[in-house]
Parts: sequence; structure tokens; C-alpha cells
Amino acid sequence: MSARSDVVAPPIAVKIVISGGFGVGKTTFVGAISEIEPLVTEAELTEASIGVDDTSAVSGKTTTTVALDFGRITLDDALLLYLFGTPGQDRFSFLWDDLVDGALGAIVLIDTRRVEDSFPSIDYFEENRIPFIVGVNRFDGGMRFDLREIRDALGVSDAVPIVECDARDRVSVKDVLVALTEEVLTRRLG
Amino acid sequence: MTDEPRAGHRPPPSTYDEDPVVRPFMLTGGRTQTVHDGLRIETQLRAAPAALSAPLRFEARRIVELCQQPRSLADLSAALRAPLGVVRVIAGDLITEGYLRIEQQPAELSISLIERIRDRVRAL
Repeated sequence: MSARSDVVAPPIAVKIVISGGFGVGKTTFVGAISEIEPLVTEAELTEASIGVDDTSAVSGKTTTTVALDFGRITLDDALLLYLFGTPGQDRFSFLWDDLVDGALGAIVLIDTRRVEDSFPSIDYFEENRIPFIVGVNRFDGGMRFDLREIRDALGVSDAVPIVECDARDRVSVKDVLVALTEEVLTRRLG
Repeated sequence: MTDEPRAGHRPPPSTYDEDPVVRPFMLTGGRTQTVHDGLRIETQLRAAPAALSAPLRFEARRIVELCQQPRSLADLSAALRAPLGVVRVIAGDLITEGYLRIEQQPAELSISLIERIRDRVRAL
């Protein structure tokens, strides 16, 4: 038998998690750069949400389906980058461990009108020592922000990069992803 | 808004179910856990060509067809329009049965690999 020279090495799959509060622009962010239509659904047992799911009066409920944002970028023949958005509400946080396991790092998107919505994400990544950066999504109007004020409001250390972005803009989204890889390298080399 | 979660309401057993969609975990015999813990959402899976001639049911057959090229659980979930948890269980069975294999990934991303990711993203 000849050597298995025809066997192509499998692509390396790398994952980045996009997080932040409900409606902060995660879907838009993923869609701005993904080569596929971003969406996948997840179904899980709701044992985890029993007693938490106060919006449902249905008893005997056994499954919850939640939409997850999912994007893919082919970086080269042997390198795939996946983007996964965390579910937008706390009650689905039981899905996070699975999404975050093995991730290169995370991007926490914030809306300056609702900064506190990002606290669960920031807490999660800090507690689990996942490298992350904060992306301040500029919504319509394009107002500028005082990043110092935002840092104080978030209560994150000076070591955590905070960058402004426009989740609708591909170049801006690309810059945020690059900033995250820089942060991962900084942490690794530091 | 795709951020909006859609709660799937399941009535108690034996009551009339007006949802026309097949219950997701009907496809897996009610199981929601895969036997392969290492199966991440982005894990690349590949099927042997011989698996195409195996007697497999529809979803399993589609997975084996799609995985002639490496695909992740997320890719399969999107292609089959099936929930990730369901695809994970079916793929786990296919791995156990030897039709599908997990493509090995580096345990830790090297500095040079992270630099390559950065450079490739910048060049997009």
C-alpha cells in the first residue's frame, strides 16, 4: 500500500464567543462577517430552567428551544473560524459552558444605554478566565463615548481592552476580532 | 430579531399536541445526552466513504453524506435544520458505531497559530 499522501489534514476549527445583553447587536455582528446565514437552534432539557422560567404557565414543560447565532469564516484551507453568539437572556446561561468550552476568547458587546445588561457576560468570562474584550456598539446617531466612563461603569480592569465598533460594518467587526486575538496573544505572552 | 428566544411549550403526555413539528428528541429516542463528552459545537467530524452504504435512517444518512467533508455539529445542525442537541446525540451514535470520526484538534492553540488567525482575519 502506498503512503496515505492523499489524506488531507483536517481543518483546525477555532471558536470565538460573542456575548452581551439582549438586543445588543450580536446577530448583526456575526452576520456582518460570516460567510453563511447566521442561525442555528438548540434544544435542551429545561430541568435547568424549572423555577427560573417565570414567563411560562405551562406545566409539564420539558424542552426549551432557543435560537443561537452561529457564523463561519474560512480563514484558509486548514483554518476555520466559528462565531457563536450567547443566548440573549440569563435564563439560557446553562448553554454557555458548552459554547465557551475551548473558545479562543470572547467579545462582550455593550449598548451604552444599558451597560448593566453586559454584567452577566463579564462576570462569566472573568470567573472562567476566558480572554475577552469589550466592544461598544455604536447605534444610530453615531455618538461618541467616553471610554473611561464606560470602563468605570463596567468595573473592568484597565487590562481589558474596550473598543468602539459598528456591528453593521464588516471592517469594524473585523477590527474587533483582530483586537481580541491581540488580547489573547498579550495574555499568553504576558 | 434572532436574539429573541422561542420557548417550545410541550404539554403533558397524553394531551393533544397542536404543534405539527416532530418533537426534536423523537429522532433520538428521547435521549438528550450524547455518549461523547468531547463533542464540541465546533468539533470537526468526518465520515468514511464506506459509511454511505450503511443502512442508516434519514438524519444519520444525511450526516454521513454531509461529513464526506469535515463538518461541525453547528454546520450539521444548520444543514439539517435540526436542534444542536439532537444532532449531537445522532452524531454521537454514529461515532460509537464507527461511521463517523472526530478529527483531532490541537490541545492548545500555539502562539504561531493565534498569530495566523489574527493575520488572516486582518486580511479578510
